Amino acid sequence: MAYDGKDKVLEEVTGKSYEFGFTTEIESDKAPAGLSEDIIRLISAKKEEPEWLLKWRLEAFAVWQTMEEPNWPHLNYEKPDYQAISYYAAPKQKKQLNSMDEVDPELRRTMDKLGISLEEQKRLSGVAVDFVMDSVSVATSFKDKLAELGIIFCSMSEAVKEHPELVRKHLGTVVPTRDNFFSALNSAVFTDGSFCYIPKGVRCPMELSTYFRINESGTGQFERTLVVADEASYVSYLEGCTAPQRDENQLHAAVVELVALDEAEIKYSTVQNWYPGDENGKGGVYNFVTKRGICHRRSKISWTQVETGSAVTWKYPSCILKGDHSVGEFYSVAVTNNAQQADTGTKMIHLGKNTHSTIISKGISAGNSHNSYRGLVQIMPSAANARNFSQCDSLLMTDTSGAHTFPYVEVKNPTAQVEHEATTSKIGEDQIFYCLQRGIDAEQAISLIVNGYAKEVLNQLPMEFAVEAQKLLSISLEGSVG
Amino acid sequence: MLKINELKASVEEAAILKGLNLTINPGEVHAIMGPNGSGKSTLASVLAGREEYEVEGGSVDFNGADLLDMDATERARAGLFLAFQYPVEIPGVSNINFMRAAVNGKREHEGLEPIKGKAFLDMVKKKAQLVELDGRLRNRSVNEGFSGGEKKRNEIFQMAMLEPELAILDETDSGLDIDALRIVSDGVNAMRSPERSFLVITHYQRLLEYIVPDFVHVLVDGRIVRSGGKELALELEEKGYDWIKEDIVA
Repeated sequence: MAYDGKDKVLEEVTGKSYEFGFTTEIESDKAPAGLSEDIIRLISAKKEEPEWLLKWRLEAFAVWQTMEEPNWPHLNYEKPDYQAISYYAAPKQKKQLNSMDEVDPELRRTMDKLGISLEEQKRLSGVAVDFVMDSVSVATSFKDKLAELGIIFCSMSEAVKEHPELVRKHLGTVVPTRDNFFSALNSAVFTDGSFCYIPKGVRCPMELSTYFRINESGTGQFERTLVVADEASYVSYLEGCTAPQRDENQLHAAVVELVALDEAEIKYSTVQNWYPGDENGKGGVYNFVTKRGICHRRSKISWTQVETGSAVTWKYPSCILKGDHSVGEFYSVAVTNNAQQADTGTKMIHLGKNTHSTIISKGISAGNSHNSYRGLVQIMPSAANARNFSQCDSLLMTDTSGAHTFPYVEVKNPTAQVEHEATTSKIGEDQIFYCLQRGIDAEQAISLIVNGYAKEVLNQLPMEFAVEAQKLLSISLEGSVG
Repeated sequence: MLKINELKASVEEAAILKGLNLTINPGEVHAIMGPNGSGKSTLASVLAGREEYEVEGGSVDFNGADLLDMDATERARAGLFLAFQYPVEIPGVSNINFMRAAVNGKREHEGLEPIKGKAFLDMVKKKAQLVELDGRLRNRSVNEGFSGGEKKRNEIFQMAMLEPELAILDETDSGLDIDALRIVSDGVNAMRSPERSFLVITHYQRLLEYIVPDFVHVLVDGRIVRSGGKELALELEEKGYDWIKEDIVA
């Protein structure tokens, strides 16, 4: 592997830690903890970035320093100590295991239940596999096919080097660095992510998934994703994986920007299953994500998310409907169990005429968890004949869980039509008993009922993803009815 | 098939069944009639294994097994079916998928492989004819948006799919117009066999004109106070429940 050149880098990093007077012992492949201009310069240098990007990062850092972590979400967590985090780690190989016997049995059980093939299980758990036969060759042939069509799909680092004009043109245009505390932080320190460009009039023939880039970069702590769909193009993008993802990094602050130019369509699907922590939420991932897309004339952006992981989720995939006749959609299933907390929803900002948006949110709360929908529908004065339909349903599995809905609607144009429906219900004992009486066991009964409840959203997912997501919902809620 | 001995049960600490005895042999159709609040639906719920009902005493033998020792799923898989008075809706779950899960649950219990797609669909088609359940209703979400009559027909369809040994019909006639009543009854009658037993719970004699019982029992205040043939139902219809109550007091 091409890590040899990084050794020099590592020496510099570790050396630098002393230079700055750090006395704590640090791992050899990490930057010293803490965030400063020097660290940002270091990150940028390591990645051999152009000057404009460094400048952009430094500006973001300056802004971030003036900002405060938001307190408004319905979340209760200990705020991370941002000076205790290390912001750069050299890409290191996962520890290779020799056989599946070395994999955590609990993890294996879950993967079996998800129906993940053995080969795939090996890849996910870092067991050595025959790389000639597995995903890499598949990925390569896909890449060739994409290249023929002029589609660019690569890591953000590669994009900065190979396609600087495209990155520079769009980076930060949808989520400005100063948008919020976490987006500013991400802009200052992001280390990698994905970049995707679909040329004019091209319909991407396959679902683009980070899966195909798995050996180029793992999922990072501060991911930066940019998808640009040029005029009249189409792309369906898949993010995440149903397999349980364990990560040593507690804080995740990703930024995703989508640009749909005139008549383009982007479908962005996410399955998030980060480690939720133990039953008390201890050790789980804090997931603070800013996702937003901008829709130009007659374009469409559709967000679909299935959120089952993380101890804390703060996430509002949104659409700016700038162009006339543009369409924004948000379909979400958020499951919280044990001590998990989720504050998630969307913002639909209507600027263009005849813009339409649809919001379908299904929250499921089990254990002692709290699940909030927070959404904003904003119809600006310029948005004549805008329409929105919102439906926010909450399903409670226990008496000790909570469901909350914070819908905000701002209408500044009298021609707008805004509809909002909301329901909260407890999973029906009558429904469960009905299933039991037909000879369906309790676990399967809950799975049927919950998947039925979330069907409208699951139907939006690409086929193979949907099947896995269904199983994932069932697993996330095992033994959760009380 | 079923032997209920001195069954006592309560719900939310109120005693409802106060020593009920009933024996049902294979192939027999028993009707239980009684005024409101006598414990008819409680009997159905207790037999089906609903957890909110507390069994305070007595025993129930089902084909040689202790029924009260089994959970609701086990009872269903052992061949006990309850047609609900108020079938619930399960949004987003198609009737067909629901039935496949149920049929496969039973097959698993019997040590059989899950049913093949084609065989299942053939079975659905055949059984649906019994109660004139058309394709539209089969593919819709379980009971969602069904009329009262459609829900009851769906219950009988499910019964036909699961081929139980003992079927309990809990006020299946309630809310049915005369046409739906006939369809439902025809479906039940088509399923009568020397091996299969029925316990028909009803408030009115009307249903028993269509599903003719071998025995009729009158339930009052948690006990069976009178048993007889089908003519007992007619007598009740004529004289009302007060007649029995007065009779007991006397």
